[in-house]
This record gives sequence, structure tokens and C-alpha cells, in this order.
Amino acid sequence: MTATAPQMRILIIEDDRESADYLVKAFREVGYIADLAADGEEGLSMAETGEYDVLVVDRMLPKRDGLSLIGSLRDKGNRTPVLILSALGQVDDRIKGLRAGGDDYLPKPYSFAELLARVEVLSRRNVGPAEETVYRVGDLELDRLSHRVARGKDELTLQPREFRLLEYLMKHAGQVVTRTMLLENVWDYHFDPQTNVIDVHISRLRSKIDKGFERPLLHTIRGAGYMIRDGIR
Amino acid sequence: MTAFGKLIRTTAFRLTLVYLFLFALFAASLLGYFAWNTRRLITEQITITVNAEIGEISDIYNRRGLRGLLNTMGNRALRPGANLYLVTAPNGQALAGNIESLAPGVMGIQGWTETAYRRLDDNTDHRALVRVTELTNGFRLLVGRDLEERRRLFGIVAKAAQWSILVVVVLGIGGGIFVARRVLHRIDAMTGTTRRIMAGDLSGRLPVGRSGDELDRLAENLNAMLERIEALMTGLKEVSDNIAHDLKTPLTRLRNRAEEALARSGSEADYRAALERTIEESDGLIRTFNALLMIARAESGQARGNMDDFDGADVANGIHELYEPLAEDDGMTLQVKTAPTPIHGNRELISQALANLVENAIKYGKPEAGVQPPGGQASAILIEARREGGQVLLSVTDHGPGIPEGDRKHAVERFVRLEASRTLPGSGLGLSLASAVATLHGGELRLGDAHPGLVATLVLPARVGGSDRLAAQTQDVPQKAA
Repeated sequence: MTATAPQMRILIIEDDRESADYLVKAFREVGYIADLAADGEEGLSMAETGEYDVLVVDRMLPKRDGLSLIGSLRDKGNRTPVLILSALGQVDDRIKGLRAGGDDYLPKPYSFAELLARVEVLSRRNVGPAEETVYRVGDLELDRLSHRVARGKDELTLQPREFRLLEYLMKHAGQVVTRTMLLENVWDYHFDPQTNVIDVHISRLRSKIDKGFERPLLHTIRGAGYMIRDGIR
Repeated sequence: MTAFGKLIRTTAFRLTLVYLFLFALFAASLLGYFAWNTRRLITEQITITVNAEIGEISDIYNRRGLRGLLNTMGNRALRPGANLYLVTAPNGQALAGNIESLAPGVMGIQGWTETAYRRLDDNTDHRALVRVTELTNGFRLLVGRDLEERRRLFGIVAKAAQWSILVVVVLGIGGGIFVARRVLHRIDAMTGTTRRIMAGDLSGRLPVGRSGDELDRLAENLNAMLERIEALMTGLKEVSDNIAHDLKTPLTRLRNRAEEALARSGSEADYRAALERTIEESDGLIRTFNALLMIARAESGQARGNMDDFDGADVANGIHELYEPLAEDDGMTLQVKTAPTPIHGNRELISQALANLVENAIKYGKPEAGVQPPGGQASAILIEARREGGQVLLSVTDHGPGIPEGDRKHAVERFVRLEASRTLPGSGLGLSLASAVATLHGGELRLGDAHPGLVATLVLPARVGGSDRLAAQTQDVPQKAA
């Protein structure tokens, strides 16, 4: 977070006191404004009146369940990005959540790093879609139309999947992207591999875009995932 | 319900009643037919005899006149068991015969009449079938036959009918009760056993007789079912024991580590390291837990709601693409060979099952030194999608040590990690999940020998009627890859 950026406002709608307090505290520590609603009705009215960047909604809530809350918000034209938290981690539950109007879905138990990374990606979507044709990070350039990738003066040859991986990372440049997010968004798999399969893809990509260059752009964020950014910024 | 009520409500008893009714109906109609025909026959007999006699007597009268007639009449009327005769004068006076009285007016009707009469030598009323003819000069001749015989016969038949119906009813109901009680007795025995089994004694079995009748067959089938349930329950118990073990071990490790970190006053870096390992350990636990839930879900058939049509070749190519760099990093090569394989199923689950097989091949499929499989590279892992008749085969072949034939069935079970792999990380759930996914789709997971190595194959039913569309679809696959 840079000093000039407006503080991100998050509404957490979660009935379990302890995990709610933990989330509020953790979000405040990274410099967000975090509000808390303990049931579905309260959450709905807060979400409607407050100007939030992201809503974090538990699926099972007292008074009004998470999916109905989201549906009701969407019916009223409220497009605030929603991340659904659920103890039901299965594929069809995720699909149900996304169909109801959720933007992302995270099964419990989750790591805060994962949640934070997803919330940041979601909120950026709210500010304005990064749908430019050419992504730039430092001297790395990716043209989404011509599928051309270059670093400085050097043209880079990437495999189709490497291209999509880099495209996703650059779309979210400056943000942490977790392994699960990559697996979901680049490969469209929602299971959890028992091996470090994503790391291997990243290290291949890294050897193509960073090897032989003075300043590395693709960084590993310990305990969270990866981030592409120009080292100076 | 009373015992009798229970008895008469049995199927056996009700069937007996239906049969009883049918038999009674049959007996009654048989007797009725018999009676009616006999009556007709007797009547016919009488008609013939009477006609013949009238012919004869008229002849005598015509040849020998009234005197001859009366003579003959006298003779014939006195014979024992004789027919009935009466000759009257034109004025109605009786001249000869063996009839004392007749119903009035009978002599006035020419032709056949059934009438009451009284014989000369017997003063009780009888009935007879008579024919009256007019002779010349106004004399009238009556010849007839007593109907006692016919009546008696009728009486016998009626009695027979009564008795036979009575016997049928008594025997029928008795038999019904007997059969019903026998059946009821056996059903009660079965019910008793099932109650015991429901109460928790899973080792109980239904009594099976030696007759091999339908009840015995039913009991045998139910016993086979109980056998299966018992095996499943035992399996479930084993699984929960295994779960307890496999989840408790890392939990204990986790706890010990936390305790140790607390007890030792270390540097911040030490604490940090301990916490990181704690998170790692709990991530492993969560993964195991997720895998278990996934298996349970696949096994219970809940994932059936989320099925669509796709080509197994795409899944194979996708998994190949995902794991190829990982295999290479491990000093192996991952190859893929696909043909159109139309599947109707849960794409996500099938992808995961295939991913598990590939991960296993990368982890455990390293070739032993000096191994050279025929026509291939020892370190090559092959993902293959092909169709065989009505089945789609998604297989992963490695040339590692393989799994001995005797261990293959065991290897699919939950948490089983064969001796050879104990030292490698993993939850031991990969093959179980693959197997559960195959079962969910009506297929199976087959483990075979790759001489040397392991072939793990997901055998799934091919989607019917989808081959043409898919053939068209897969044509553009090489273009995409280019």
C-alpha cells in the first residue's frame, strides 16, 4: 500500500466471534479499514449503506444466509466485489456461490495470506478493470493481442501456458498471487495438488523472463505466493 | 393384531381362499352339467320307450280291436316295474290300466304332459311323464313312465354337490391355515433375526431351509446382503481407525512442537521456525481432511449432480501440460497419447483423479538401475486416453518398481501406503480418491503390470452417441498445439 492510495474499506460478515475478530485485526494490521457484521440482516444493511471495496461473507449466517444476502445485494444493483468464505469446500458449493453473485470463493480453513491476496485482487477490480492491451512491469512488456512478450530489447518466446501465467501475474502486478489462485485462474483446476507443481511452472517462467537480467521482476513472497513488480517501486 | 388375524392376512391364506372359490365353482358346474345331461338322457329314454309302446299298442288295437287291446294292457300292467297305462272310453270311463287317479284333464290333452298320479297298487302320489293318443272310435290311450328315478338321481347329485363343496371348503380352509402357518412361522423367524440384526448384532444370519424354495432363496439373498453390509461396516471401522491414526499422528507432532517451542526460551528466529512448521503441518492436515471429504463425497454419489460432456483427451492433455515441468525437474519425462474419448462426468474430479495417478507415477515410478522396458525410455511416464468398445481408458504408465500383484487391491484402500513408500511424503489417499471417482462414474480403477512398472487405469463408461461430435472437435487439437 502506498501512502497516497485511499485506504481500502472491507466489511466482514461472519458470525463466529473469534474468527471475525481475528480477521478484523489482521486486516487493520495491513492498513485496511475493516468493519464487522455478525449476522446476515445487519451485514446486508451495512453493505448497502457503507462504501466498501470488498465484502467478505461467510456462507452460513444467522437470520439471512450468505448466498441470499449476496443475491439481494445484486438485485439492488450493488456490484461490490464479494468473497465467500465457506466450510463447504467442495466444487459444487463453489459453483453455487459464484452463481449466486459471489466473485470469489475460499474454503475454510484458509490462510490469511490467501484471503488477503484474493481480497486485493478483487478490490482492484472494483477500482477499474485492468483491461489494457499491453501490460508493462519495469522493462517487461506483454501484448495481449499479438501474444508478444519482450524484456527490454529482447523478444521472449513463451509457451501458451507460460504466456497465460505471465498475463495473470502482470494483470495483478504489485499484488500477491497465491498458488491456488494461479491453479484456479490459469489452469482452471480447483483441486489441491499434493506436489509443488505450480512452483515448477513459476521457476520455468522466471528462467525465461528474469534470467540474465540485472533486476528480477518475479518475486516469491514467503508463505503466500508470488508477485511480479518492478523492484524499485 | 391377533394371531388369527395375522394368519388370515397372510398371502398364502388369501391365495388359498381364491383357489377354494375357484374349486367350488368348478365342482358345482361339473355336477350341474352332469345332472342336466343325465336328466336329458332319462327324459329321452322315457320318450323313446313310451313312443315305441304306443306304436305297439296302437298296432294291436288296429289288428285285434278293443278286446286285444285290453288283454295286452292287462298283461303289461301287471308286470313288475311296468310303465303306466290307461285306456278310457269315449265317455271318459277308465277301461284298463294300472293308474288309479290322474290330475284332472290330462286325458284331454293329446301329446306329452308331466303329471301327478296315483298307481292302483300304491296309494302315494308320484309324478310321471305321459303321452296321450286318441285311438279310433273315441277311445284314448295313455302310456307313461314314472319320474321317480329321475328325481332320485337328481337328489343324489344334489347331495354329492353339497358334500363335495363342504369337503372342498373344509379341506381348503384347513390347508390354507396349514400353509399360512408354515409360511408365517418362517417369516416370523426371519423377522426375529432381522430385529436382532437391526438391534446391532451384525453377525446374525437368516435361517435357510433345505428345500431351496422361494423363501430359502430370499433368505440366501438377504444373507448375502448382510454379509456385504457387515464387510462394509468392518471396512468403515478400519477406515475410521486409520483416520484416527493418520490424523492424530500429525496432530500430536504439531502439539509436541508447539509445546517444545514454548518450553525452550529461544530466539525469535526459533519461534518463527517453530510456527512455520506448525502451519506447514496443519496445511498437511487440512489437505488430508479435504481429500477424505472428497472421497466421501465421490463415494456417496453426491457429485453426480455436477456432470457434463467432455473429451477425456482434453483432460489428459491438460494434466500433461500441468505436470510435464514437474516430471522433468524430477529427471523423468511425461508423455501423452490421446484419442477421442467421450465422457459424461465430473470433469474436475476426473482431472483430479488423473492428477493423483500422475503424481504417484512421478513420486514412486522412478526406474530401478539397469531397467530397460521394451520399446521405451525407462524414465518415461505415459498418460494415455483411448477408447476400447464402450469404455474410455485414462491410464498412467510408469516403469518404476510397480506394485506386486498381491498388494494391488490393498493399495487402493484409504491411507494405505505400501512399505516401499512409507518414507515419501503423501497422505496415502491418492489411489483411494482415483478409485472413488471411477466408481462414482460407474467405472473402476485398475492397477496392472507395465513390465516393469505400474499401469494405473481409470476405466470409465464412454458417453453414448457422442463420438462423432467429438471426432470433429479433436481435429483442431494439433493446430492448437502448433
